[in-house]
Amino acid sequence: MAVAPGRGRPQESTVSRRRFVQGAAALAAGAGLAANAPRAARAEGRELRFWNLFGGGDGARLQEMQAAFSAANPDIDLNAVTFAWGPPYYTKLAMSAVGGRPPAVGVLHASRLPSYAPAGLLEPLDPAVLTQYDIGPDKFLPAVWEGMQFEGQPYAIPLDIHPFIMYFNTDVCQQAGLLGPDGTLLPLQGPDAVIDAFRRAQAVTGNLGLAYETNGVAPWRLFSGLYAQLGGTILSPDGEQLTIDDAKAEQVLSFMADLTVGSKVASPNQDGPASVAMFSNASAGFHLNGGWEVTTFETEGIPFSAVPFPNVFGTNQTWADSHVFVLPKQPDDDQGRLDASLRFISFMLKDSLTWAQGGHIPSYLPVATGPEFAGLEPQSNYAAAAETPVYDPRAWFSGAAAPLQEEAGAAFGAVLNGQKSPREGISQYRAAMEDLLDTPEPI
Amino acid sequence: MATRVGTPAVPAARERTPGRAAPVGRAGQTTGWRSDLAGFAFVLPFLIAYSLFLIWPVIQGFRMSLFNWSLTGSGTTDFMGFDNYQETLEDPNFWSSIWHTILFTLLSTPPLVILSLLFALLANRAVPARWLYRLAFFSPYLLPSSVVALIWVWIYQPGFGLINGYLTRIGLGEVGWLSDVSVAMISVVITTVWWTIGFNFVLYLAGLQEIPRDIYEAAALDGATGLEQVRSITLPMLARTTTLILILQVLASLKVFDQIFLMTNGGPNFSTRPVIQYIYEQGFTTYRVGYASAMSYAFFLLILVVSLGQFALLGRRRERANG
Repeated sequence: MAVAPGRGRPQESTVSRRRFVQGAAALAAGAGLAANAPRAARAEGRELRFWNLFGGGDGARLQEMQAAFSAANPDIDLNAVTFAWGPPYYTKLAMSAVGGRPPAVGVLHASRLPSYAPAGLLEPLDPAVLTQYDIGPDKFLPAVWEGMQFEGQPYAIPLDIHPFIMYFNTDVCQQAGLLGPDGTLLPLQGPDAVIDAFRRAQAVTGNLGLAYETNGVAPWRLFSGLYAQLGGTILSPDGEQLTIDDAKAEQVLSFMADLTVGSKVASPNQDGPASVAMFSNASAGFHLNGGWEVTTFETEGIPFSAVPFPNVFGTNQTWADSHVFVLPKQPDDDQGRLDASLRFISFMLKDSLTWAQGGHIPSYLPVATGPEFAGLEPQSNYAAAAETPVYDPRAWFSGAAAPLQEEAGAAFGAVLNGQKSPREGISQYRAAMEDLLDTPEPI
Repeated sequence: MATRVGTPAVPAARERTPGRAAPVGRAGQTTGWRSDLAGFAFVLPFLIAYSLFLIWPVIQGFRMSLFNWSLTGSGTTDFMGFDNYQETLEDPNFWSSIWHTILFTLLSTPPLVILSLLFALLANRAVPARWLYRLAFFSPYLLPSSVVALIWVWIYQPGFGLINGYLTRIGLGEVGWLSDVSVAMISVVITTVWWTIGFNFVLYLAGLQEIPRDIYEAAALDGATGLEQVRSITLPMLARTTTLILILQVLASLKVFDQIFLMTNGGPNFSTRPVIQYIYEQGFTTYRVGYASAMSYAFFLLILVVSLGQFALLGRRRERANG
C-alpha cells in the first residue's frame, strides 16, 4: 500500500520528462528558424568582417564612417567588432589568422607590421589591384608608404599618421608672453628655450608648466623623437644589432629628467588620465601627447591649440605611428571578399576627413591636401609633424604596446620619477634590449 | 583573487558516503554493479568537462613547454627538451616577479586574516543595525576587479586624488602611491585588503555563530572578562576556520594578477609585476607560449610545495590538538 504512490511518481516524471524533451526539441527548432530568418532576408548582402581597436573618442567617428559606408554600399553587410586596445586585440588578431577564422579586414599600428608581416599573418597586397581602388604610392607621403612595405611588397594601407605633438593653452601662453601678435605660439628652439617657456607657463598657472604622463609607454614617445633629433638609432635596419648611442641617449634623458626633477616644470609622478585632466583644467600651460586628445580638449571647451613637437636638438622630428588597414591571412582565395575589403578600405580613406576631426592626420593625400582639412583647427596647425615622423625601429618585439616600448617606458619612467639617473636608465634599457635580441624569435 | 569560489564541504560529503553502501548489502551483487554504473553515468558530464578543460590543457601545456611553441603557430615541431625550463631558472625577470608574488602574499595574508577576525568579532556583537555593518564589510567583495582598480587609481592619484588631496591640505607632502617603487606594492595590498576582506569576514562570522552561547554564559558565571572569553573560548573554537582561511588566503594571494595588472600594469619599473603577469606577457605579448608554459609549470611546482608544506604543518598541529 505504502509503495503504490511511490511507484506512481516516477511514472509521472517519465512522462513529463519525455514531454520536456519534446518541448525542448521543438523550442530548439524554433530558435534555429528564428535565427535563420534575418540572415535569409539579407542573403544578397555579402558579409564583411572588420576588427579594430578604437574604443575611445575615435571609435565614435569610426562608427560614423562605417554607417556612411553601409549606406553607400547596400550590397555589403558590414560586421564591425571593436576589441580592447593593445595586447588583447593583437593576441586575438594573430590567433584568428593562425586559427583560420580571421576577419576580412583588420586594423594594425604600422609599428606592429614587423611582428605580423614576416610571421605570415597578413596577405600581401598587389599594387596593380590596389590602383583600381585609387590606392597607390602617389596617394601617400613617401615616408609613410615606405613603411607599409615588406620585402618589396605592400602589406598595409595607412589610414592616418598620429604624431606626438605639443598642446598649449592659449590663455596661459598669452599671459606668459609666449604668443606672437597673430596669436600663434612663438617658435621655441633648443632645450633652454623650451624649458624657459614651460617655466613661464608655470608662473602663470601656479601649478605645472607641462602636463605629461610619466608612466606607461609615454616616456618612450618623448625619448624616441628627441633621440632621433640627435641622429640616434636603437637598432640596425635589419633589427639584429643594437645601435644605441649612450652619449646621445644620456643627453636626451638628462633633458627629460630636467623637466620633472631639475627645473620641476612637470610632475615626476603623473599617469595618462591625470596629465589630460591637468591640462583640461588649466593647471598646466603645455601638454605633450598624441593628436587623439583633441576631442577631449574640445569637449572641455578650454582655449587651446597645438603645434608640432618643438625643435629641441636641431630638428622637429617626433615620434609617430599610423593606423593601417591590413588583410589577415585568409584560409581560402575569395575574389568577392577581396573586392569588398578593398572597397571598404578605399571608402574609409576617402572619408578620412571625419577621422581627422578626432585629431589624427589623414595619410591619404587627396584628403590631407584638400581645402577642408586645411580649414580644420588645430589639426592643420600640427599637420606638418607628419612630414618628420619617427617610427619605432623594426623588430619582432617592437611596436605599439610591445616589449620594446614597455621596457623603455619602465626604464625612462624611472628616470622621470627621479628614481634612476639617466645613465642607470639607459643601461637598464640596453640590458633589456640585449635580452630581447638574444631571445629566439617566436615568429 | 576573484577566482576564489566555493569552500570545501568535506564533513557533509563524508556523512553521506555510508548511505551509498547500503543498497549493495541489501540487494546483492547485480544492483551494486548497476548502481556503480549509474553513479559513473551521473559523474560523466562533470568528468568530460573536467578532462576537456583541466586534464587535457595540463597535458597539452606540458607538451608546449618542451617546444619553441609560438602563438603564431610556428615552432610547434621545434623540440627543445628542457631548454625552456633552463631559461626559466636563469631568467632574472622570472625570479624578480616570483619575489613580487611572494612579497604580495606575505604582505596581504596577515591583515586579511587578522582584520577579518577583528571585524567579525565587532560585527557579531549585539548592536543596533547589525546587518548594516555586515553589509558594509562584505560589499566591496561583490565588486569586479576592474571597478575596484578604477576606484583606487583615482583615490591614489597624485595632484588631486582623495588621499593626496587630504595630505596636501593638512600640510604634508604627497605620496606617489602607485608611482613610487617603495610604496606601490603596499598600495596594491591596501586595495586588496579593502576589496577581498569580506570573504574571510563572512567565514569568520559563520564560525562565530557556530560557537554555543552557553559556553560564554558559563564563563561569565565563572567571572571571565570579555577579553579572557575571546582568548580562551572564541579563538580556540575558531581554529578550524582560521586554518581554512589561511590555506585559501595564501593560495588566493599567490594567484594575484588582475588588480595589479589594472592598477600599475606591473610598474613602476616592473616593481609590482607578479609572476602571472610575466607569464601572460611572455605568452601573449611576446607570443612565446612554449616559454610561458614552462614558467607556468615552475610556478605550479612552487604552489604545490607551499600547499603540501601548509597541509603538513597545519595537519600536524591539528593532530597534536586532538591527541
